[in-house]
Amino acid sequence: MSKRIEVNDLNVYYGKFKAVEDVTLTIEPRSVTAFIGPSGCGKSTFIRTLNRMHEVIPGAYVEGEVLVDGNNLYGPGVDPVLVRRQVGMVFQRPNPFPTMSIRDNVLAGVTLNNRRISKSDADDLVEKSLQGANLWNEVKDRLDRPGSGLSGGQQQRLCIARAIAVEPEVILMDEPCSALDPISTLAIEDLIEELKQDYTIVIVTHNMQQASRVSDKTAFFNIAGTGMPGKLIEYDDTSVIFSNPSVKATEDYVSGKFG
Amino acid sequence: MTATTPRPASAEALPAKPAIRLGDLLFSRAALWSGGLILVILAAVAIFLVAQSIPALTADPADFVGQPASFLDYVWPLVFGTLWSAALALVMALPLAIGIALFISHYAPRKLAQALGYLVDLLAAVPSVVYGLWGIGVLAPAIQPVYSWLVDNAGWFPLFAGPVSGTGRTILTAGIVLGVMILPVMTAICREVFLQTPVLHEEAALALGATRWEMIRMAVLPFGRPGIISGAMLGLGRALGETMAVAMVLSPQAIVSFALLQSANPSTIAANIALSFPEAYGVNVNLLIATGLVLFLITLAVNSIARYVVNRRKDFSGAN
Repeated sequence: MSKRIEVNDLNVYYGKFKAVEDVTLTIEPRSVTAFIGPSGCGKSTFIRTLNRMHEVIPGAYVEGEVLVDGNNLYGPGVDPVLVRRQVGMVFQRPNPFPTMSIRDNVLAGVTLNNRRISKSDADDLVEKSLQGANLWNEVKDRLDRPGSGLSGGQQQRLCIARAIAVEPEVILMDEPCSALDPISTLAIEDLIEELKQDYTIVIVTHNMQQASRVSDKTAFFNIAGTGMPGKLIEYDDTSVIFSNPSVKATEDYVSGKFG
Repeated sequence: MTATTPRPASAEALPAKPAIRLGDLLFSRAALWSGGLILVILAAVAIFLVAQSIPALTADPADFVGQPASFLDYVWPLVFGTLWSAALALVMALPLAIGIALFISHYAPRKLAQALGYLVDLLAAVPSVVYGLWGIGVLAPAIQPVYSWLVDNAGWFPLFAGPVSGTGRTILTAGIVLGVMILPVMTAICREVFLQTPVLHEEAALALGATRWEMIRMAVLPFGRPGIISGAMLGLGRALGETMAVAMVLSPQAIVSFALLQSANPSTIAANIALSFPEAYGVNVNLLIATGLVLFLITLAVNSIARYVVNRRKDFSGAN
């Protein structure tokens, strides 16, 4: 169920402001791709264009195309709602629905659009998704308690369980560990390794060690100055980016000379 | 109605006193007094009501105007009318208020939303006498043909039983006027709560592939539930206590009837007090005050129930 993503000549605008300019890259199925770069360089904006979440902000639009298995997400008549069911997302801060139990949180996406699911199927799906997110053992005896009662790391894994319960093709993670402690971060990173078997994963991170640990390929974004659009500077295998990058700015960034 | 007892300042418990700053002291004392004042005012009203009610409760019912069999016989139709008209108002106004609030917070373009919000607030500033006049002069004559049609075509339904009122001044008209009156405060509160829905939760729903309506059902409404209930209770409180609009629209009788469209309608406690007080004498004054005590207790009960409902699912409230 994982698919290849091809991005061709993508520009992203917020109203008149061009936030990201001319990005072209290909993301392989069943791989982890990390986006790194300084704050404000457009990596979060760009990852959001992969499931059209940027459209939540009024005035945001893109030029260019994003192909998931050859289908353009921005083609005429494509419903962003359906795009987001194929391309799941995990956010920077854990955001389980506070008014729902753990179980209902996992099922939140599945029961959308009045889709009916029998109780036994739902039970199986909850267990499968929570096990997929390495959370089952910790919560199996309190599934009817609110998700907001879990620790931050558990909440984030609950969000991952919720995302994989709808069986998307791709999972986008926008700095999934930046609000977590090191132990929880490690748990999420292990989980990403496992999820890679089934899903295409794209992760934005500020943590360079994390990028080098979890990703197969790394894209470095940078910005020329305030008010200028962010650009894709270099995109290559993670080992190349971190050991022998071809662009000077990439080398400066990964070696900590700036950013 | 929350009665918060001020906690003893922890500074006093410590053996080594830190330096007391004048500003801190002033503010803490001012806050303490303000908080305490609420209790004092509430107690003063309650004591007045109880003290003045006792003569009516102990008096011979034969002394009351209209010779009811007992105090309860006198007050029950009024209690019924109060609850019935307020419930009608709430049933009509609450869905509308939630709809308007959602439109303003999540559907309308920003400029339109601002203008609409301003208009709704303006609606709250109209005095209730004006609403009463509007009810008599505009709404009742305009809606009377609708009532006639309902009685003719749906008269089998108990609420719409005939004979229809010729003037349109029925409990349903009063309910509609009350509904319009309580709409602004409920809309304003719902709108504020809906706007405070964390973007995180809205995005969580959208990223799962929720449509806008599903996002609202998943993230906005559950988050806003305590606020919706608070707004409804504020509106209900106003509808229960509303005097002029009801007194002007209805020509009251001491009956208990669910029929919405007939010319004989129950009055409400507040309207009855306003209409009867100028001519009341002797123990009848105490009688009216006793009905006021009953209204006070009803409002207290409504608020307590609302608070209980809000607190019951505290774990799931989103505040943690």
